Amino acid sequence: MSETALPLLPQRRPFVFFHQRLFREKPLGAIGGVVFVVFLFCGIFADVLAPFGMNETDMLRRLQSPSWAHWFGTDHIGRDVLSRILYGAQLSVIVGFMAAGLATVISIVLGVVCGYFGGAIDMAIQRFVDAWMTFPDLVLLIVVISIVGPGVPQIVIILGCLYGIAGSRIIRGSVIGIRENMYTHAAQSIGASTPHILTFHILPNVMPVVIVLFTTRVGAVILAEAGLSFLGLGIPPPSPTWGSMLSGTGRTYMYLGPWLALAPGLCLTVVVYAINIYGDALRDLLDPRMRGR
Amino acid sequence: MQAFIIRRILALIPTLIFTSVIVFASIRMIPGDVIDLMLAQNDISTGNDRAVIEASLGLDKPIYVQYFVWVGNILQGDLGRSLWQNTPVTEQLAATLPITFELGFLALIVALSVAIPIGIYSAMAQDTAGDYLARSFSLLMLAVPSFWLGTLVMVFPSVWWRWAPPLQYTPFLEDPLGNLGHMMVPSILLGLSLSAVTMRMTRTMMLEVLRQDYIRTARAKGLSENIVVMRHALRNCLIPVVTLIGLQAPLLIGGAVILEQIFVVPGMGLLLLEAVFQRDYPVVTGVFLVVGIAILLINLFVDLTYGFLDPKVRH
Repeated sequence: MSETALPLLPQRRPFVFFHQRLFREKPLGAIGGVVFVVFLFCGIFADVLAPFGMNETDMLRRLQSPSWAHWFGTDHIGRDVLSRILYGAQLSVIVGFMAAGLATVISIVLGVVCGYFGGAIDMAIQRFVDAWMTFPDLVLLIVVISIVGPGVPQIVIILGCLYGIAGSRIIRGSVIGIRENMYTHAAQSIGASTPHILTFHILPNVMPVVIVLFTTRVGAVILAEAGLSFLGLGIPPPSPTWGSMLSGTGRTYMYLGPWLALAPGLCLTVVVYAINIYGDALRDLLDPRMRGR
Repeated sequence: MQAFIIRRILALIPTLIFTSVIVFASIRMIPGDVIDLMLAQNDISTGNDRAVIEASLGLDKPIYVQYFVWVGNILQGDLGRSLWQNTPVTEQLAATLPITFELGFLALIVALSVAIPIGIYSAMAQDTAGDYLARSFSLLMLAVPSFWLGTLVMVFPSVWWRWAPPLQYTPFLEDPLGNLGHMMVPSILLGLSLSAVTMRMTRTMMLEVLRQDYIRTARAKGLSENIVVMRHALRNCLIPVVTLIGLQAPLLIGGAVILEQIFVVPGMGLLLLEAVFQRDYPVVTGVFLVVGIAILLINLFVDLTYGFLDPKVRH
């Protein structure tokens, strides 16, 4: 009797399938995702997209209102605001992704250690996390920056630690749930090693939470960095960050050129809003228990 | 209730210890040593003076002894002296803390009066255009940076109508109207940014409560929808919202730092920023510690209130 080969089912590509679902079920979140990608694109290709250099001055064209030549106008020393916004996006992308990446790694390490092992380690780390979360983000950032000084690496490390430690609580909660699942007990009973269980059973199941956490952290980091730059404690000039464009000497000239107050804040709001609704949509699709909260 | 209060206070102790350790570690991480700053300020540079100052500050002792001495001083209300003004840090904090609390309190009133009605409406009109609009507003408030809103409020009314928010601070007891006039704009802005989370929480809790059996019973009795919502649903849905006030305390104080700077409110946030720029580390760490302890105490108070409101929590 000859064996009849079963027809192969078309292989489902999880990434494509997930995004099809996102556009179908969460159109607003999908729009947020598109804006997020556009922001990433602008940040990565700022050098190519920017019509002028970030610090290219033209004293003859100072404080010009928005026009075809200068879409967002020019500032008090004749720099093109659009170009500075694009270079600002580049810095936001660098800081946002690096700090959110670091925060996610810290959250995973602390969350998995506390959630899986529990006991005295968990107790001690959680009391530290409690104390850490007591301080307002901005106050903690200001104090640490006053000690280590401003600069991209410092800001990435501080923001990474700040959000990483706080986010570990979410991963911990998720790991505690997974630890009690039957498949984890089964792996333990057949003698699988702890690193094996963590790598192949706990981590893959915690990934949806990690993805959502990373996405929302990018928005939070961008906002925090802008706040620091606004206070003059962020990335030092002449680098054009969105926060610093709203403060410093430029602030005095906003009364003569109100457009200077619009573009950076608007970009910041749109990007963070887009990331938030994208993060919300991801959470709804990846973790149905949290839907609508 | 007594056992609940004791349990909560005991649970606070380890967190309080870690909080003090974080602040103490930040003092020890200060670059260039506090003594260098003091020597530079007083124009002294001999090695002998340095040793004398080190001994007088107790910096020649082991680190754990320094920690306990520092904690002992704090318990006696001694947070050190400002390097620039040479006044006790506690004095500066006592002058600025009530101003920040006033700003926070006004912001909280704004946040609750915006968030609770919108949250209830959003739950009652679930999945309608109004609900989507309310949720979008809440997400938007989470995304709009308060320093940008503050900048817009300063710039545009001035350009369009030649009006600017008042920037001259007057103590409440001297001129209540003048004080509220100055505090109004920053507290509205701070309140709006806080309202986002409270609104989402109110909506979620309201949706949960509206699905409870006792609500169905109330409707079955023929009560009007207004009475069902106001008398039966709202009271139960607001209990968890109380916890949010505690959780939002860090956001409130963090937001106050920026808005105090924009609107020249001489509160703790402005004190912190000025101290950071002057490298006045005793003031920086003093504010840091007081903020941490204030938030822990607010959370304790909220927890106890929650236990009082909801008997289930006590057990």
